[in-house]
Amino acid sequence: MIKVRIPTPLRPLTKNQGEVEATAGSIAEMIENLNAAHPGLKDRLCDDKGELRRFVNIYVNEEDIRFLKGKDTSLKDGDEVSIVPAIAGGN
Amino acid sequence: MDFTDEQVTRYSRHILLPEVGGKGQKKIAKAKILIVGAGGLGSPAAFYLAAAGVGTIGLIDSDAVDLSNLQRQIIHYTPDVGRSKVLSAKEKIQALNPDVQVVMHEERFVAGNALKLIVGYDVVIDGVDNFPAKFLINDACVLGGKPLVHGGILRFDGRVTTILPKKSACYRCVFKQPPPSGLVASCQEAGVIGALAGVIGTLQATEALKIVLGIGRPLTDRLLDYDAKKATFREIKTKRNPHCPVCGEHPTITTLIDHEQEACELKQVKVEA
Repeated sequence: MIKVRIPTPLRPLTKNQGEVEATAGSIAEMIENLNAAHPGLKDRLCDDKGELRRFVNIYVNEEDIRFLKGKDTSLKDGDEVSIVPAIAGGN
Repeated sequence: MDFTDEQVTRYSRHILLPEVGGKGQKKIAKAKILIVGAGGLGSPAAFYLAAAGVGTIGLIDSDAVDLSNLQRQIIHYTPDVGRSKVLSAKEKIQALNPDVQVVMHEERFVAGNALKLIVGYDVVIDGVDNFPAKFLINDACVLGGKPLVHGGILRFDGRVTTILPKKSACYRCVFKQPPPSGLVASCQEAGVIGALAGVIGTLQATEALKIVLGIGRPLTDRLLDYDAKKATFREIKTKRNPHCPVCGEHPTITTLIDHEQEACELKQVKVEA
């Protein structure tokens, strides 16, 4: 089981849960599985071509997947995944 | 430069700190800090930097104070509604500490003036409310070689990080480009708990003072995220991206550009009863 931290803007899709669980062998698979349980999540994370959106970052155990293998980064039981979007406000 | 007796008393709680002392307080007195945005984050940052005795504080904002600002933009008071934000902020800073010189830049921070605006300052504080400006501030500070303390707030979530150009991860190393319009909620659309601006703006002021003093461990290569609902802080490690379009090995951004989208472009919508 993998723990996935959901940022506030996406929580309406996860019934306001800040953390959900997923079973997956890779980030790509995790996104598919999350989308099956929480429809709409994939659209928020990926563009039309299925690539991760450029203002969304995904971390596995605090490491940015862009420095790992991107969507092909493998996952194993007990991994913690964080979805980290940019925050704009300030005024 | 020597401090008067009054200044020694005013700054005594700083001077008592071994990390600051008279020497550090002089560094603060000589420092020039630019605050982009005299709003939610800029207000507490400006107050604490002014109280600390920062020699010069620059304020950039082209807006007037709106009644809906007062819930969090604590440097503006009720009688200031309709008045220039930079002027309102300047008056409060000078009332708090006449040692501080305030430079008012009553204009928008855009690609055309960004580098000119930051050039005379030692540290820049990001207190703007939209992605295009946040990316522009990042790019300007990387190109201009100015330390930047980034902050962001929305709803109950806040974030701070420090960027030392070409030494630590910049905003674009982490987030490559602004999200398209409409995909991310703004404060005006989504709301923000007022005191959160105080938490994040005050952290930004603290980081700026650490840079000026050259003490401690800067908040670089880390995003410090604050979840006000859970009352937790979390650190997300970041690192320089060799492919970063502005500070990477082969940068594609070598001059400044204005991004079109504005997260807070929606004007106030009146709720009909």
